[in-house]
Amino acid sequence: MAFHAITIAETGESFRCDERKSVLEGMESLDKRGIPVGCRGGGCGVCKIEAVHGTFEKRVMSRAHISADEECAGIVLACRVRPTSAMTVRVLGQMKKAVLRVDGCLSV
Amino acid sequence: MPMTGVLRPGHAVLRVLDLDESVDFYSRVMGMKETGRDKSGRVYFKCWDERDHNSFVIRKADTAGMDAFGFKVLNQATLYRLESDLKAYGVNTERIPAGEMLETGERVRFQLPTKHTIELYAEKTDVGNGMPYINPEAWHADAEKGIAPIRMDHCLIYGGDIDGNKKLFEDVFGFNLVERVLLEDGETALAYFMTCSTKAHDIAMVRHGEDNKLHHISFLVDSWEKVLRAADLMSMNRVSIDIGPTRHGITRGATIYFFDPSGNRLETFCGGYQTYPDCHPITWTWEDVGRSIFYHDRKLNPAFLSVVT
Repeated sequence: MAFHAITIAETGESFRCDERKSVLEGMESLDKRGIPVGCRGGGCGVCKIEAVHGTFEKRVMSRAHISADEECAGIVLACRVRPTSAMTVRVLGQMKKAVLRVDGCLSV
Repeated sequence: MPMTGVLRPGHAVLRVLDLDESVDFYSRVMGMKETGRDKSGRVYFKCWDERDHNSFVIRKADTAGMDAFGFKVLNQATLYRLESDLKAYGVNTERIPAGEMLETGERVRFQLPTKHTIELYAEKTDVGNGMPYINPEAWHADAEKGIAPIRMDHCLIYGGDIDGNKKLFEDVFGFNLVERVLLEDGETALAYFMTCSTKAHDIAMVRHGEDNKLHHISFLVDSWEKVLRAADLMSMNRVSIDIGPTRHGITRGATIYFFDPSGNRLETFCGGYQTYPDCHPITWTWEDVGRSIFYHDRKLNPAFLSVVT
């Protein structure tokens, strides 16, 4: 079994990820933070990241969240990529902290 | 209240990213029975105690989410009456011929104000639950295969104009409001829970910035112990769990939110209460929104508002 260091560019935080696990699963299983956790199945898009450095294997991801161009540019969902080397990632996904109001304003 | 119009949720059609993985999940982990595949590639399932041919359909696509949610109505005359009621209400309808879905009669399709596609139909082949209609047993082996829900029970949809949805379900179909959640202004609804029966909900809707989103499809199991057994099976199979086992304040159901392999949220739940048309709707205010959704944690988790397909 091999492990690779995953570094989150924004915070500099890093964690060791089993190469059989997704980057998101690796982060979660060590109770690390940084990438938002959603469905873990490539469908909801909240764990969107840019792989700035390193190599990985990927699985099918929803085109509603990752376009073909993005995928070519290394923009992926953390739940669908397994590291094959050390990686540095930038976090692009976001959890909504608000609900939409009738008047279009946001409420916490 | 004899049910003479819309009877119950009848089918959900979901998109999945990997068909083989999803078929394995729904048949082996969920324990649903595969009842057929059609020319277009759709795979049909039913829960063990359901009698109609299908209640849950998946197709491979490049996005996750829900294509349509169907309600069964009493009979063909009711279908056409509701079709003309929809038209009179100003809603465009489309007829889908019988047989377009396996073992399913003609469907009347329309869009909700939140842009979700709803289908009504009256006929679906009764394939039975594996036990005779004369002198049956209480259950059979399929009732213990996988999570083995009893039925596909309801859905929760996310979209903008949930007030328009509520009005349509009330005015055209005679649904009742059972519970609602209000935002901090004390007037605007965050969520509505509505029924066409005596169930605490047959469909629910939450206000959201994007239309036509699915929050979850829910499956009924018959005890809290079965909810815990479902959670064990989810861990054994490394299924992505969102929250639970826990309880909702709304409807009082004991629940697990989890995800299928494409990220579509599902629920297994038991309990809740029965309601009747004379029951006063229950209102939850913004101060207690956390307890209304997750009764034990007493706070919303970020995924409740953000993670949809």
